[in-house]
Amino acid sequence: MRNFEFFEPTTLAEASRLFAQEHTQLLAGGTDLVIGMKALTEAPQSVISLQKIPGLAGVTTESDNSISVGAMTKVRAVELSADIQQHHTALAEGAAEIGSIQIRNLATIGGNIAHASPAADTVAGLLVADAQVDIASADGERTVSIDELFTGPGQTVLAPGEIITRFRLPSPASGSHYIKHKIREVMDLAFIGVAAAVNLNDGVITDARIGLAAVAPTPIRATEAENLLNGNQLTAELLAQAGEAAAAAASPISDLRCSAEHRSEMVNVLTRRTVQEAVNRA
Amino acid sequence: MAKHHVNLKVNGDEHDLLVEPRKTLLAVLRDTIGLTGTKEGCSTGDCGACTVIVDGEAVTSCMVLGVTASGKEITTIEGLAGDGELHPVQQAFINTGGYQCGFCTPGFIMASKALLDENPNRSEEEFRHALGGNICRCTGYTKILEAVLKAAEEIRTTA
Ligand SMILES: Cc1cc2nc3c(=O)[nH]c(=O)nc-3n(C[C@@H](O)[C@@H](O)[C@H](O)COP(=O)(O)OP(=O)(O)OC[C@H]3O[C@@H](n4cnc5c(N)ncnc54)[C@H](O)[C@@H]3O)c2cc1C
Ligand code: FES
Ligand code: FES
Repeated sequence: MRNFEFFEPTTLAEASRLFAQEHTQLLAGGTDLVIGMKALTEAPQSVISLQKIPGLAGVTTESDNSISVGAMTKVRAVELSADIQQHHTALAEGAAEIGSIQIRNLATIGGNIAHASPAADTVAGLLVADAQVDIASADGERTVSIDELFTGPGQTVLAPGEIITRFRLPSPASGSHYIKHKIREVMDLAFIGVAAAVNLNDGVITDARIGLAAVAPTPIRATEAENLLNGNQLTAELLAQAGEAAAAAASPISDLRCSAEHRSEMVNVLTRRTVQEAVNRA
Repeated sequence: MAKHHVNLKVNGDEHDLLVEPRKTLLAVLRDTIGLTGTKEGCSTGDCGACTVIVDGEAVTSCMVLGVTASGKEITTIEGLAGDGELHPVQQAFINTGGYQCGFCTPGFIMASKALLDENPNRSEEEFRHALGGNICRCTGYTKILEAVLKAAEEIRTTA
Protein backbone atom coordinates (compact mmCIF):
# COMPACT_ATOMS: atom_id res chain seq x y z
CA MET A 1 0.00 0.00 0.00
CA ARG A 2 1.34 3.47 -0.89
CA ASN A 3 1.33 5.93 1.95
CA PHE A 4 -1.20 8.74 2.03
CA GLU A 5 -2.39 11.65 4.13
CA PHE A 6 -5.34 10.70 6.29
CA PHE A 7 -8.18 13.07 7.14
CA GLU A 8 -11.10 12.56 9.49
CA PRO A 9 -13.46 15.51 8.93
CA THR A 10 -16.40 15.85 11.30
CA THR A 11 -18.71 17.69 8.90
CA LEU A 12 -19.99 16.84 5.42
CA ALA A 13 -18.97 20.29 4.14
CA GLU A 14 -15.36 19.72 5.18
CA ALA A 15 -15.33 16.18 3.76
CA SER A 16 -16.74 17.40 0.47
CA ARG A 17 -14.22 20.24 0.26
CA LEU A 18 -11.32 17.81 0.80
CA PHE A 19 -12.78 15.21 -1.56
CA ALA A 20 -13.16 17.76 -4.37
CA GLN A 21 -9.36 17.93 -4.65
CA GLU A 22 -7.40 15.67 -7.00
CA HIS A 23 -5.94 12.30 -6.02
CA THR A 24 -8.27 11.86 -3.07
CA GLN A 25 -10.46 8.95 -2.16
CA LEU A 26 -13.23 8.46 0.39
CA LEU A 27 -13.09 5.83 3.10
CA ALA A 28 -16.38 4.41 4.34
CA GLY A 29 -15.96 0.84 5.65
CA GLY A 30 -12.82 0.29 3.59
CA THR A 31 -13.62 -3.18 2.20
CA ASP A 32 -13.25 -2.04 -1.40
CA LEU A 33 -10.78 0.80 -0.89
CA VAL A 34 -8.27 -1.06 1.30
CA ILE A 35 -8.22 -3.97 -1.15
CA GLY A 36 -7.71 -1.53 -4.02
CA MET A 37 -4.88 0.26 -2.20
CA LYS A 38 -3.19 -3.06 -1.39
CA ALA A 39 -3.42 -4.09 -5.05
CA LEU A 40 -2.20 -0.59 -6.06
CA THR A 41 -5.22 -0.18 -8.34
CA GLU A 42 -5.93 2.72 -5.95
CA ALA A 43 -3.11 4.99 -4.86
CA PRO A 44 -4.72 8.15 -3.51
CA GLN A 45 -2.55 10.87 -2.02
CA SER A 46 -5.25 11.63 0.54
CA VAL A 47 -7.87 9.43 2.11
CA ILE A 48 -10.86 11.11 3.67
CA SER A 49 -12.75 9.09 6.23
CA LEU A 50 -16.52 9.54 6.55
CA GLN A 51 -16.54 7.64 9.84
CA LYS A 52 -16.40 10.68 12.15
CA ILE A 53 -19.26 12.58 10.50
CA PRO A 54 -22.34 12.28 12.72
CA GLY A 55 -25.75 11.37 11.30
CA LEU A 56 -24.69 9.33 8.28
CA ALA A 57 -25.52 5.88 9.70
CA GLY A 58 -28.78 4.29 10.70
CA VAL A 59 -32.19 3.21 9.47
CA THR A 60 -35.20 5.42 10.22
CA THR A 61 -38.81 4.68 9.42
CA GLU A 62 -41.44 7.39 8.94
CA SER A 63 -45.10 7.02 9.87
CA ASP A 64 -46.01 6.24 6.22
CA ASN A 65 -43.52 3.34 6.31
CA SER A 66 -41.10 5.15 4.03
CA ILE A 67 -37.59 4.33 5.16
CA SER A 68 -34.34 6.24 5.10
CA VAL A 69 -31.03 4.37 5.18
CA GLY A 70 -27.90 6.41 5.93
CA ALA A 71 -25.04 5.85 3.50
CA MET A 72 -22.70 4.82 6.34
CA THR A 73 -25.10 2.14 7.60
CA LYS A 74 -23.26 -1.18 7.79
CA VAL A 75 -24.70 -3.80 5.46
CA ARG A 76 -24.97 -6.07 8.53
CA ALA A 77 -27.36 -3.49 10.04
CA VAL A 78 -29.35 -3.36 6.78
CA GLU A 79 -29.61 -7.16 6.84
CA LEU A 80 -30.82 -7.18 10.47
CA SER A 81 -33.17 -4.16 10.36
CA ALA A 82 -36.68 -5.41 11.14
CA ASP A 83 -38.24 -2.58 9.09
CA ILE A 84 -36.15 -3.33 6.03
CA GLN A 85 -36.81 -7.06 6.43
CA GLN A 86 -40.53 -6.35 6.49
CA HIS A 87 -40.96 -3.64 3.86
CA HIS A 88 -37.96 -4.22 1.58
CA THR A 89 -37.20 -7.89 2.06
CA ALA A 90 -35.18 -8.06 -1.16
CA LEU A 91 -32.77 -5.40 0.16
CA ALA A 92 -32.28 -7.20 3.49
CA GLU A 93 -31.71 -10.45 1.60
CA GLY A 94 -29.18 -8.78 -0.70
CA ALA A 95 -27.27 -7.27 2.22
CA ALA A 96 -27.13 -10.71 3.87
CA GLU A 97 -25.47 -12.11 0.74
CA ILE A 98 -22.38 -9.91 1.00
CA GLY A 99 -19.13 -11.65 1.95
CA SER A 100 -18.97 -12.85 5.55
CA ILE A 101 -20.28 -11.44 8.84
CA GLN A 102 -16.80 -9.99 9.43
CA ILE A 103 -17.02 -8.14 6.09
CA ARG A 104 -20.66 -7.09 6.64
CA ASN A 105 -19.68 -5.54 9.99
CA LEU A 106 -17.34 -3.22 8.04
CA ALA A 107 -18.93 -2.70 4.61
CA THR A 108 -21.42 0.16 4.23
CA ILE A 109 -24.38 0.32 1.88
CA GLY A 110 -23.10 3.67 0.54
CA GLY A 111 -19.78 2.07 -0.40
CA ASN A 112 -21.47 -0.93 -1.97
CA ILE A 113 -23.39 1.44 -4.27
CA ALA A 114 -20.72 4.12 -4.86
CA HIS A 115 -18.16 1.48 -5.87
CA ALA A 116 -20.65 0.72 -8.70
CA SER A 117 -19.81 -2.92 -9.23
CA PRO A 118 -22.58 -4.26 -11.51
CA ALA A 119 -22.65 -7.30 -9.18
CA ALA A 120 -23.15 -5.37 -5.91
CA ASP A 121 -25.62 -7.32 -3.80
CA THR A 122 -27.60 -4.36 -2.43
CA VAL A 123 -28.26 -2.80 -5.82
CA ALA A 124 -31.14 -4.97 -7.08
CA GLY A 125 -32.98 -4.50 -3.78
CA LEU A 126 -32.52 -0.72 -3.97
CA LEU A 127 -33.73 -0.73 -7.60
CA VAL A 128 -36.98 -2.49 -6.71
CA ALA A 129 -37.40 -0.15 -3.73
CA ASP A 130 -37.22 2.75 -6.22
CA ALA A 131 -34.54 4.23 -3.96
CA GLN A 132 -33.83 7.95 -4.11
CA VAL A 133 -30.16 8.71 -3.54
CA ASP A 134 -29.42 11.91 -1.63
CA ILE A 135 -26.08 13.44 -2.55
CA ALA A 136 -24.28 16.31 -0.81
CA SER A 137 -21.43 18.53 -1.96
CA ALA A 138 -20.00 21.95 -1.23
CA ASP A 139 -22.51 23.32 -3.79
CA GLY A 140 -25.55 21.93 -1.97
CA GLU A 141 -27.66 18.83 -2.26
CA ARG A 142 -29.31 16.90 -5.04
CA THR A 143 -31.25 13.68 -5.38
CA VAL A 144 -30.80 11.05 -8.07
CA SER A 145 -32.98 8.04 -8.62
CA ILE A 146 -31.00 4.81 -8.17
CA ASP A 147 -31.67 3.76 -11.77
CA GLU A 148 -29.98 6.98 -12.96
CA LEU A 149 -26.95 6.74 -10.68
CA PHE A 150 -24.81 4.33 -12.70
CA THR A 151 -23.17 5.14 -16.03
CA GLY A 152 -20.99 2.03 -16.49
CA PRO A 153 -19.01 -0.58 -14.57
CA GLY A 154 -17.39 1.30 -11.67
CA GLN A 155 -18.87 4.56 -12.98
CA THR A 156 -21.54 6.82 -11.50
CA VAL A 157 -22.89 10.33 -12.04
CA LEU A 158 -21.15 11.42 -8.82
CA ALA A 159 -18.89 14.43 -9.47
CA PRO A 160 -15.67 15.12 -7.53
CA GLY A 161 -16.63 16.19 -4.03
CA GLU A 162 -20.07 14.59 -4.12
CA ILE A 163 -20.92 12.29 -1.24
CA ILE A 164 -23.93 9.99 -0.94
CA THR A 165 -25.64 10.76 2.36
CA ARG A 166 -28.62 8.43 2.34
CA PHE A 167 -31.02 6.25 0.41
CA ARG A 168 -34.71 7.05 0.73
CA LEU A 169 -37.11 4.21 0.08
CA PRO A 170 -40.45 5.93 -0.53
CA SER A 171 -42.86 3.08 -1.05
CA PRO A 172 -42.91 -0.20 0.88
CA ALA A 173 -43.60 -3.38 -1.09
CA SER A 174 -45.78 -6.00 0.55
CA GLY A 175 -43.75 -8.76 -1.11
CA SER A 176 -40.20 -8.78 -2.45
CA HIS A 177 -37.37 -11.23 -2.93
CA TYR A 178 -33.72 -11.31 -4.07
CA ILE A 179 -31.87 -14.24 -5.55
CA LYS A 180 -28.10 -14.23 -6.01
CA HIS A 181 -26.96 -16.73 -8.61
CA LYS A 182 -23.66 -18.08 -7.34
CA ILE A 183 -21.69 -21.27 -6.89
CA ARG A 184 -20.58 -21.12 -3.27
CA GLU A 185 -23.00 -20.80 -0.37
CA VAL A 186 -21.13 -17.77 1.04
CA MET A 187 -18.13 -15.65 0.01
CA ASP A 188 -18.91 -15.66 -3.67
CA LEU A 189 -19.73 -12.87 -6.11
CA ALA A 190 -23.02 -12.92 -8.00
CA PHE A 191 -23.03 -14.27 -11.56
CA ILE A 192 -26.29 -12.41 -11.67
CA GLY A 193 -28.63 -10.95 -9.08
CA VAL A 194 -32.39 -10.62 -9.55
CA ALA A 195 -34.87 -8.84 -7.29
CA ALA A 196 -38.62 -8.52 -7.64
CA ALA A 197 -41.12 -6.48 -5.61
CA VAL A 198 -44.90 -6.27 -5.88
CA ASN A 199 -47.99 -5.03 -4.15
CA LEU A 200 -51.26 -6.92 -4.60
CA ASN A 201 -54.74 -5.45 -4.86
CA ASP A 202 -57.38 -8.22 -4.70
CA GLY A 203 -54.90 -10.62 -6.26
CA VAL A 204 -54.00 -8.16 -9.02
CA ILE A 205 -50.34 -7.11 -9.23
CA THR A 206 -49.59 -3.42 -8.83
CA ASP A 207 -46.23 -1.65 -8.56
CA ALA A 208 -44.29 -4.59 -10.02
CA ARG A 209 -40.58 -3.86 -10.00
CA ILE A 210 -37.79 -6.08 -11.26
CA GLY A 211 -34.12 -5.24 -10.75
CA LEU A 212 -31.27 -7.01 -12.52
CA ALA A 213 -27.62 -6.91 -11.45
CA ALA A 214 -24.52 -8.11 -13.29
CA VAL A 215 -26.31 -8.68 -16.60
CA ALA A 216 -25.57 -5.33 -18.26
CA PRO A 217 -22.89 -2.60 -17.96
CA THR A 218 -25.02 -1.07 -15.20
CA PRO A 219 -27.72 -2.52 -12.95
CA ILE A 220 -31.09 -2.15 -14.70
CA ARG A 221 -34.85 -2.34 -14.21
CA ALA A 222 -36.72 -4.79 -16.46
CA THR A 223 -39.53 -2.35 -17.28
CA GLU A 224 -41.12 -4.41 -20.10
CA ALA A 225 -41.51 -7.34 -17.75
CA GLU A 226 -42.90 -5.02 -15.06
CA ASN A 227 -45.49 -3.62 -17.50
CA LEU A 228 -46.61 -7.13 -18.41
CA LEU A 229 -47.24 -7.95 -14.76
CA ASN A 230 -48.96 -4.74 -13.66
CA GLY A 231 -52.76 -4.92 -13.63
CA ASN A 232 -52.85 -8.71 -13.96
CA GLN A 233 -53.18 -11.75 -11.77
CA LEU A 234 -50.16 -14.02 -11.82
CA THR A 235 -50.56 -17.06 -14.07
CA ALA A 236 -47.95 -19.53 -15.28
CA GLU A 237 -48.23 -18.02 -18.74
CA LEU A 238 -47.74 -14.46 -17.51
CA LEU A 239 -44.78 -15.55 -15.41
CA ALA A 240 -43.17 -17.14 -18.47
CA GLN A 241 -43.72 -13.97 -20.51
CA ALA A 242 -42.23 -11.81 -17.76
CA GLY A 243 -39.18 -14.08 -17.54
CA GLU A 244 -38.60 -13.79 -21.27
CA ALA A 245 -39.07 -10.02 -21.25
CA ALA A 246 -36.55 -9.66 -18.41
CA ALA A 247 -34.03 -11.84 -20.27
CA ALA A 248 -34.53 -9.67 -23.37
CA ALA A 249 -33.70 -6.56 -21.32
CA ALA A 250 -30.36 -8.02 -20.25
CA SER A 251 -27.16 -7.63 -22.29
CA PRO A 252 -24.81 -9.90 -20.39
CA ILE A 253 -21.17 -10.62 -21.15
CA SER A 254 -19.32 -13.93 -21.22
CA ASP A 255 -16.46 -14.13 -18.78
CA LEU A 256 -14.41 -16.74 -16.98
CA ARG A 257 -17.24 -17.36 -14.56
CA CYS A 258 -20.07 -18.09 -17.01
CA SER A 259 -21.27 -17.50 -20.56
CA ALA A 260 -23.63 -14.78 -21.75
CA GLU A 261 -26.12 -17.45 -22.86
CA HIS A 262 -26.20 -18.97 -19.42
CA ARG A 263 -26.65 -15.55 -17.83
CA SER A 264 -29.58 -14.74 -20.15
CA GLU A 265 -31.26 -18.05 -19.48
CA MET A 266 -30.79 -17.59 -15.73
CA VAL A 267 -32.30 -14.08 -15.83
CA ASN A 268 -35.41 -15.71 -17.27
CA VAL A 269 -35.48 -18.49 -14.65
CA LEU A 270 -34.66 -16.26 -11.67
CA THR A 271 -37.14 -13.59 -12.72
CA ARG A 272 -39.86 -16.24 -12.65
CA ARG A 273 -38.70 -17.46 -9.24
CA THR A 274 -38.35 -14.02 -7.64
CA VAL A 275 -41.67 -12.73 -9.00
CA GLN A 276 -43.47 -15.89 -7.83
CA GLU A 277 -41.94 -15.60 -4.37
CA ALA A 278 -42.66 -11.85 -4.14
CA VAL A 279 -46.31 -12.55 -4.98
CA ASN A 280 -46.42 -15.40 -2.43
CA ARG A 281 -45.14 -13.05 0.23
CA ALA A 282 -47.41 -10.11 -0.68
CA MET B 1 3.39 11.45 5.31
CA ALA B 2 2.27 12.34 8.77
CA LYS B 3 1.85 9.61 11.33
CA HIS B 4 -1.20 9.79 13.50
CA HIS B 5 -1.69 9.47 17.22
CA VAL B 6 -3.74 6.37 17.83
CA ASN B 7 -5.11 5.25 21.15
CA LEU B 8 -6.06 1.60 21.17
CA LYS B 9 -7.56 -0.35 24.03
CA VAL B 10 -6.46 -3.90 23.32
CA ASN B 11 -7.58 -6.64 25.71
CA GLY B 12 -8.07 -3.96 28.37
CA ASP B 13 -4.61 -2.38 27.97
CA GLU B 14 -4.24 1.15 26.61
CA HIS B 15 -1.69 1.72 23.85
CA ASP B 16 -0.70 5.23 22.72
CA LEU B 17 0.91 4.80 19.34
CA LEU B 18 2.14 6.76 16.34
CA VAL B 19 0.81 5.00 13.28
CA GLU B 20 1.32 5.43 9.53
CA PRO B 21 -2.11 5.74 7.88
CA ARG B 22 -1.41 2.81 5.53
CA LYS B 23 -0.89 0.34 8.37
CA THR B 24 -3.76 -2.05 8.84
CA LEU B 25 -5.11 -2.82 12.28
CA LEU B 26 -3.69 -6.31 11.77
CA ALA B 27 -0.20 -4.88 11.22
CA VAL B 28 -0.53 -2.58 14.23
CA LEU B 29 -1.57 -5.48 16.47
CA ARG B 30 1.14 -7.83 15.26
CA ASP B 31 4.10 -5.60 14.42
CA THR B 32 3.68 -2.53 16.62
CA ILE B 33 2.10 -4.03 19.73
CA GLY B 34 3.59 -7.49 19.30
CA LEU B 35 0.39 -9.49 19.67
CA THR B 36 1.06 -12.17 17.07
CA GLY B 37 -1.84 -14.46 17.99
CA THR B 38 -3.94 -12.82 15.26
CA LYS B 39 -2.87 -14.35 11.94
CA GLU B 40 -2.46 -12.98 8.44
CA GLY B 41 -3.68 -15.42 5.80
CA CYS B 42 -4.95 -13.83 2.60
CA SER B 43 -4.80 -10.12 3.47
CA THR B 44 -7.84 -9.60 1.23
CA GLY B 45 -10.75 -10.24 3.61
CA ASP B 46 -11.40 -13.76 2.35
CA CYS B 47 -10.00 -16.17 4.95
CA GLY B 48 -10.96 -14.83 8.38
CA ALA B 49 -7.58 -15.69 9.99
CA CYS B 50 -7.20 -12.04 11.07
CA THR B 51 -10.60 -11.83 12.82
CA VAL B 52 -10.64 -9.67 15.97
CA ILE B 53 -13.52 -8.14 17.89
CA VAL B 54 -13.85 -4.34 17.66
CA ASP B 55 -16.46 -2.75 19.92
CA GLY B 56 -18.24 -6.11 20.19
CA GLU B 57 -18.25 -6.94 16.49
CA ALA B 58 -16.10 -9.46 14.64
CA VAL B 59 -14.18 -7.89 11.77
CA THR B 60 -11.32 -8.88 9.47
CA SER B 61 -8.48 -6.71 10.81
CA CYS B 62 -6.61 -6.86 7.48
CA MET B 63 -9.39 -4.67 5.99
CA VAL B 64 -9.25 -1.99 8.72
CA LEU B 65 -6.84 0.94 8.71
CA GLY B 66 -5.24 1.14 12.15
CA VAL B 67 -5.83 4.90 12.33
CA THR B 68 -9.59 4.31 12.17
CA ALA B 69 -9.52 2.04 15.24
CA SER B 70 -8.42 4.83 17.57
CA GLY B 71 -10.59 5.01 20.68
CA LYS B 72 -12.09 1.59 20.07
CA GLU B 73 -12.02 -1.50 22.25
CA ILE B 74 -10.32 -4.43 20.64
CA THR B 75 -10.26 -8.03 21.79
CA THR B 76 -7.78 -10.44 20.28
CA ILE B 77 -7.21 -14.13 20.93
CA GLU B 78 -4.70 -13.17 23.66
CA GLY B 79 -7.47 -11.42 25.60
CA LEU B 80 -10.03 -14.22 25.71
CA ALA B 81 -8.85 -16.21 28.71
CA GLY B 82 -9.76 -14.43 31.93
CA ASP B 83 -7.71 -15.12 35.10
CA GLY B 84 -6.01 -18.12 33.54
CA GLU B 85 -9.34 -19.74 32.70
CA LEU B 86 -10.01 -20.45 29.07
CA HIS B 87 -13.14 -19.19 27.34
CA PRO B 88 -15.63 -22.07 26.76
CA VAL B 89 -14.98 -21.92 23.03
CA GLN B 90 -11.20 -22.21 23.55
CA GLN B 91 -11.70 -25.17 25.88
CA ALA B 92 -14.07 -26.80 23.39
CA PHE B 93 -11.49 -26.51 20.57
CA ILE B 94 -8.99 -28.32 22.81
CA ASN B 95 -11.44 -31.00 23.91
CA THR B 96 -12.62 -31.85 20.40
CA GLY B 97 -9.30 -31.28 18.64
CA GLY B 98 -10.75 -28.52 16.49
CA TYR B 99 -7.42 -27.69 14.84
CA GLN B 100 -4.43 -29.23 13.12
CA CYS B 101 -1.77 -26.68 12.18
CA GLY B 102 -3.67 -24.08 14.21
CA PHE B 103 -3.18 -21.18 11.81
CA CYS B 104 -6.90 -20.58 11.31
CA THR B 105 -7.77 -21.23 14.96
CA PRO B 106 -7.51 -17.72 16.45
CA GLY B 107 -9.76 -16.41 13.68
CA PHE B 108 -12.28 -19.20 14.11
CA ILE B 109 -12.31 -18.73 17.88
CA MET B 110 -12.82 -14.95 17.68
CA ALA B 111 -15.55 -15.28 15.04
CA SER B 112 -17.25 -17.98 17.12
CA LYS B 113 -16.97 -15.94 20.29
CA ALA B 114 -18.77 -13.01 18.66
CA LEU B 115 -21.50 -15.35 17.37
CA LEU B 116 -21.93 -16.96 20.78
CA ASP B 117 -22.10 -13.56 22.52
CA GLU B 118 -24.78 -12.47 20.05
CA ASN B 119 -26.85 -15.67 20.17
CA PRO B 120 -25.77 -19.15 21.30
CA ASN B 121 -29.14 -20.57 20.18
CA ARG B 122 -28.15 -21.23 16.60
CA SER B 123 -28.64 -24.47 14.73
CA GLU B 124 -25.68 -26.36 13.32
CA GLU B 125 -26.63 -25.09 9.86
CA GLU B 126 -26.75 -21.50 11.12
CA PHE B 127 -23.32 -21.75 12.77
CA ARG B 128 -21.92 -23.32 9.61
CA HIS B 129 -23.29 -20.47 7.49
CA ALA B 130 -22.21 -17.75 9.94
CA LEU B 131 -18.64 -19.10 9.96
CA GLY B 132 -18.47 -19.06 6.16
CA GLY B 133 -15.87 -16.27 6.23
CA ASN B 134 -13.32 -18.47 8.00
CA ILE B 135 -11.24 -20.89 5.97
CA CYS B 136 -9.30 -23.89 7.25
CA ARG B 137 -7.07 -25.80 4.89
CA CYS B 138 -6.37 -28.69 7.29
CA THR B 139 -9.30 -30.02 9.26
CA GLY B 140 -12.25 -30.40 6.92
CA TYR B 141 -14.25 -28.33 9.45
CA THR B 142 -16.03 -31.23 11.18
CA LYS B 143 -14.14 -30.89 14.47
CA ILE B 144 -14.30 -27.09 14.33
CA LEU B 145 -18.07 -27.16 14.06
CA GLU B 146 -18.27 -29.78 16.80
CA ALA B 147 -16.23 -27.50 19.07
CA VAL B 148 -18.44 -24.49 18.41
CA LEU B 149 -21.61 -26.51 19.03
CA LYS B 150 -20.15 -27.86 22.30
CA ALA B 151 -19.26 -24.35 23.42
CA ALA B 152 -22.76 -23.15 22.52
CA GLU B 153 -24.28 -25.93 24.58
CA GLU B 154 -22.05 -25.16 27.54
CA ILE B 155 -22.86 -21.44 27.36
CA ARG B 156 -26.60 -22.19 27.16
CA THR B 157 -26.55 -24.52 30.17
CA THR B 158 -24.41 -22.27 32.39
CA ALA B 159 -26.19 -19.04 31.46
C1 LIG C 1 -13.89 -10.67 1.16
C2 LIG C 1 -14.91 -9.76 0.53
C3 LIG C 1 -16.08 -10.30 0.03
C4 LIG C 1 -17.03 -9.48 -0.57
N1 LIG C 1 -18.19 -10.03 -1.03
C5 LIG C 1 -19.13 -9.24 -1.61
C6 LIG C 1 -20.35 -9.79 -2.08
O1 LIG C 1 -20.58 -10.99 -1.98
N2 LIG C 1 -21.26 -8.95 -2.63
C7 LIG C 1 -21.03 -7.60 -2.74
O2 LIG C 1 -21.90 -6.88 -3.23
N3 LIG C 1 -19.88 -7.05 -2.31
C8 LIG C 1 -18.92 -7.85 -1.76
N4 LIG C 1 -17.75 -7.29 -1.33
C9 LIG C 1 -17.54 -5.85 -1.53
C10 LIG C 1 -18.27 -5.04 -0.47
O3 LIG C 1 -17.74 -5.36 0.80
C11 LIG C 1 -18.10 -3.59 -0.78
O4 LIG C 1 -18.71 -3.27 -2.02
C12 LIG C 1 -18.66 -2.68 0.30
O5 LIG C 1 -20.06 -2.68 0.40
C13 LIG C 1 -18.17 -1.27 0.05
O6 LIG C 1 -18.49 -0.48 1.17
P1 LIG C 1 -17.34 0.11 2.09
O7 LIG C 1 -18.02 0.90 3.14
O8 LIG C 1 -16.43 -0.96 2.55
O9 LIG C 1 -16.64 1.04 1.02
P2 LIG C 1 -15.16 1.64 0.94
O10 LIG C 1 -14.19 0.60 0.55
O11 LIG C 1 -14.85 2.45 2.15
O12 LIG C 1 -15.40 2.63 -0.28
C14 LIG C 1 -15.56 2.12 -1.59
C15 LIG C 1 -15.60 3.28 -2.57
O13 LIG C 1 -16.87 3.91 -2.58
C16 LIG C 1 -16.76 5.31 -2.41
N5 LIG C 1 -17.71 5.71 -1.38
C17 LIG C 1 -17.93 5.07 -0.20
N6 LIG C 1 -18.92 5.68 0.48
C18 LIG C 1 -19.33 6.72 -0.28
C19 LIG C 1 -20.34 7.74 -0.12
N7 LIG C 1 -21.13 7.78 0.98
N8 LIG C 1 -20.49 8.64 -1.10
C20 LIG C 1 -19.72 8.61 -2.23
N9 LIG C 1 -18.75 7.68 -2.42
C21 LIG C 1 -18.56 6.75 -1.47
C22 LIG C 1 -15.32 5.59 -1.99
O14 LIG C 1 -14.82 6.62 -2.78
C23 LIG C 1 -14.57 4.30 -2.26
O15 LIG C 1 -13.74 4.40 -3.37
C24 LIG C 1 -16.80 -8.08 -0.69
C25 LIG C 1 -15.61 -7.54 -0.18
C26 LIG C 1 -14.68 -8.36 0.41
C27 LIG C 1 -13.43 -7.76 0.97
S1 FES D 1 -5.96 -12.19 6.47
FE1 FES D 1 -7.71 -11.00 6.79
S2 FES D 1 -9.28 -12.19 5.99
FE2 FES D 1 -7.51 -13.31 5.41
S1 FES E 1 -5.93 -26.05 11.30
FE1 FES E 1 -4.56 -25.60 9.70
S2 FES E 1 -5.69 -24.04 8.61
FE2 FES E 1 -7.11 -24.76 10.04
